[in-house]
Amino acid sequence: MYLIEDYAEAKTVADAIDILASNPGWHIIAGGTDLLIKMHHGKLDKVQLLSLRRIETLRTVWKEENENISIGSLATFKDIANHPLIQQSIPVLVEAAMTMGGPQIRSMATIGGNICNGIPSADSAPVLFALNAILKLQSKEGERVVPIQEFYLSPGQVDLKPGELLTDILITPDNYQYFGGCYIKFTMRKAMDIATLGVAVICKLKGKDRFGQVRIGLGVAGPTPLRCILAEEYAMDKVINEITIAEIGKAAVQSAKARTSWRASKEYREHLIEELTQRALKIAITRAGGAECA
Amino acid sequence: MLKKINFTVNGKTESMEIDVGETLLEILRERLHLTGVKKGCAVGECGACTVLIDGTPTNSCIYLAVWADGREIVTVEGIAKGGVLSKLQKAFIAEGAIQCGYCTPGFVVTGTAMVESGKHYSREEVKQELAGHLCRCTGYQNIIRAVMKALKQ
Repeated sequence: MYLIEDYAEAKTVADAIDILASNPGWHIIAGGTDLLIKMHHGKLDKVQLLSLRRIETLRTVWKEENENISIGSLATFKDIANHPLIQQSIPVLVEAAMTMGGPQIRSMATIGGNICNGIPSADSAPVLFALNAILKLQSKEGERVVPIQEFYLSPGQVDLKPGELLTDILITPDNYQYFGGCYIKFTMRKAMDIATLGVAVICKLKGKDRFGQVRIGLGVAGPTPLRCILAEEYAMDKVINEITIAEIGKAAVQSAKARTSWRASKEYREHLIEELTQRALKIAITRAGGAECA
Repeated sequence: MLKKINFTVNGKTESMEIDVGETLLEILRERLHLTGVKKGCAVGECGACTVLIDGTPTNSCIYLAVWADGREIVTVEGIAKGGVLSKLQKAFIAEGAIQCGYCTPGFVVTGTAMVESGKHYSREEVKQELAGHLCRCTGYQNIIRAVMKALKQ
């Protein structure tokens, strides 16, 4: 039994925005796999909840006419992993979604909730950072569009204003077409575990043997998920070989702000960043049509 | 805050007034006395409380009862038909896939969804599908064998 003082279920986005506008202190609940657990542990008390669960339109995944892929904030990790459009166009997001929790959690937890909770270990974040995902937010004042890199402010804090609702996550075609990608989640267990480190790499090639673009997103490597800009700039137009891949791994560490926690020390995390960035990159290269590097 | 909900449990229509803070797990156990649904961790990690909601294995400990309005719930009590165990339940017995038994209802519920899906699962996929269940007696090998057996039949 949770202590819920007040509760409302929105039927539409407009409905949800109205309720939020008149009750700015209310918590939004979607899948509930984070919020209910916080309540269970006594971190929140006597809450008022606005449930989005009945807003079916927020759960859709579709391709807009301009080839943008739009993912409804209420899409569950299972929805994403099973969606043919995402499997075809952004398989690296499927790979990341499948590392989250176990089957029961994946069928409840939503991508919008994963983002809005703002935790550094969010499994969707490294990939969405690498994909330059754009977030659509709605409130009484209208619509606001924010790049995901600007949305994460600090651990547990995102740029979600009172009365605002995350409605869609957009991936534009220049950010997914012709890219090969790979997500590696480093954990102690294969399921139901929180990442010690998450590494997402996507890359595009120039011909067969040169890097076009490389993008590296890291989770749990700093107070928020982050991108490895130095490594990405270094990679531009470089010939693909053992040496350049090793340099990219080293450069990735420079963008990270890893710290020591009970899960792992700073030094261990930095070692993981260097090593796993290289491993993910090698797989991403083959998936982008390049040759295998030993 | 009270709310009235209507839902079906193991094929029977139920209608009741609940507090919005109550979980589906609590309603099933304490009001409907379906005590095969077990409370383990209460935070969605162990899978002992798993029930089918519209056919999907779901942790009832982190599922508010109010969300069950209009849904179809199946608990472990609803899996045997007319007193006859399902082939999965028989496989659990044949393979000795039970030690203390506390995790068994959850495994049986998820395993039933797998058998009823008609899909083919490799051993690795079976392990993946069962990853949301903990067996603290660590009797996983027999459980996996039982599910594989029922899937093959």
